[in-house]
Amino acid sequence: MRHTGIAQEKDKDQGMMTAALEIRGLHKTYRNGFEALKGIDLTVAPGSFFALLGPNGAGKSTTIGIVTSLINKTSGSVRVFGHDLDRDLQEVKRSIGLVPQEFNFNTFEPVGEIVVNQAGYYGIPRREAWRRAQHYLGELGLWDKRKDMARTLSGGMKRRLMIARALVHEPRLLILDEPTAGVDIELRRSMWDFLRNINCDGRSIILTTHYLEEAERLCRNIAIIDRGRIVENTTMKSLLTKLDTETVVLDLLAPVQQLPVHDSIVLRGIDELTVEADIHRGESLNTLFHLLDKEKIQVQSMRNKTNRLEELFIRMTQAPKTRGRDMQTSQ
Amino acid sequence: MTPLHLHEHWTALRTIVTKEVLRFARIWVQTVLPPVVTMALYFIIFGGLIGSRIGEMDGYRYMDFIVPGLIMLAVITNSYANVVSSFFSSKFQRHIEELLVSPVPNSLIILGFVGGGVARGLTVGVAVTLVSLFFSPLSVHSIPVTLSVVVMTSIVFALAGLINGVFARSFDDISIMPTFVLTPLTYLGGVFYSVSLLPGFWQDVSKLNPILYMVNTFRYGLLGTTDLSLWVSYAIIIAFIVGLYVFALNLLNRGVGVRT
Repeated sequence: MRHTGIAQEKDKDQGMMTAALEIRGLHKTYRNGFEALKGIDLTVAPGSFFALLGPNGAGKSTTIGIVTSLINKTSGSVRVFGHDLDRDLQEVKRSIGLVPQEFNFNTFEPVGEIVVNQAGYYGIPRREAWRRAQHYLGELGLWDKRKDMARTLSGGMKRRLMIARALVHEPRLLILDEPTAGVDIELRRSMWDFLRNINCDGRSIILTTHYLEEAERLCRNIAIIDRGRIVENTTMKSLLTKLDTETVVLDLLAPVQQLPVHDSIVLRGIDELTVEADIHRGESLNTLFHLLDKEKIQVQSMRNKTNRLEELFIRMTQAPKTRGRDMQTSQ
Repeated sequence: MTPLHLHEHWTALRTIVTKEVLRFARIWVQTVLPPVVTMALYFIIFGGLIGSRIGEMDGYRYMDFIVPGLIMLAVITNSYANVVSSFFSSKFQRHIEELLVSPVPNSLIILGFVGGGVARGLTVGVAVTLVSLFFSPLSVHSIPVTLSVVVMTSIVFALAGLINGVFARSFDDISIMPTFVLTPLTYLGGVFYSVSLLPGFWQDVSKLNPILYMVNTFRYGLLGTTDLSLWVSYAIIIAFIVGLYVFALNLLNRGVGVRT
């Protein structure tokens, strides 16, 4: 197995501009007639930390299934680091590590053997496989559990086991389908740190998640898929600039009788001690505080009402449905 | 294929076979012990108690006559059962995906599972042979015939088990074939009697049963007697191996039962 340093491969790929993943005109129609993908085009740059978001049933897992050759495509092309899925399947498979949404290991096998066997399928000799298993299981806090049967692990441990298993052949592209589902906050954050580190080492990562905060914190690039079509594909930064307002919630120290009025900031009372402020894009928080200060309104604490990405996500994936409903109604 | 790829593929194949062997070895009380106990009961009841009243079969003590057949019965059922249950479990628990996402070619996946099936078939076969020593002295007429036919028969039924595992959608599906096809064919395949005892018509019908050729060839390897031509037997066994392998490979290449 060729295990060239990831960083060297990254330099080479960036120099040649070979995309980590390039999907063109991808269609998938299942046997029952359901059209899961309706011609997807997607490019993931090498070294990227990429979020693929979408509501349930949007086509995320189908896309990942096709890229990892677990699902047969109906038409279209998929290239991974320049290797074509149809012509060079073995190289495509060598380049990818998959952390699926559902647990898919033999729960009656010891943890260490699950990782070492996976390395064996990639042709990695047993001694080297154990060295790597020690490294990745150790990094993910599971080395002490290597002799335990996988069924005895907690949900969070099982997710980490799947990450170690996906990394043992040192793939250049790691695909994680809902990796932190059901994982507690502390563990989720430690997994974020781990993923950031391996991305910094040059590994490309594609992430699907329902936790939009997770995507916003980790990913530099994002695509939103809805009902089998990509509705947005851009950088996280440029996507977030599309938000024209941001809502913050203010907890007050004392009740106010009347809220001030401003051209680009809309204030509304929720209860005696809670106020929501819609701040127009381009307006600074200083203006809000200046306004409150002028009216002698004392603020105890402040928080975002919703995650910014969540707001955008809801707009992008719900607006067409609403339009569709309106059209149906008008007919 | 480059030498590097060959080395990788060898490592992958060894990994699958080792995993399969460890799987049935870990649960030997469920996989190895029961067929040995069952065959011991066959030896006691059919060979010892009833056999002593039957007398000779094809010029051999009835106990000596049924030993090869019972060893083959154990090999056939265990080779089949190991692969069908292992492959279906890996589909059911979805850990077949570990193999499907890896660069292991489908031909190696088949060889790996078949290797596990043959390992269990031969393990049980050796254990039954050891038990048979309490009832009948072991005589080997031809070591090459004995070993080749038992290994090839084991391969045939491991492949058949794999195909059953590919098509199976429930645990019921993995027991239908062994119960309604495999066991009757084996019992009617000359394990307990010589086909020469049957009337002409039923002798011809029996010759449509491939297991008859396997059991008879194995019996020839041990005792030096057979009702059928060795060459025809080998040709049939090889044809089954090739046919079932090509069919299994075609199924996996098309993703039947494992890809959507």
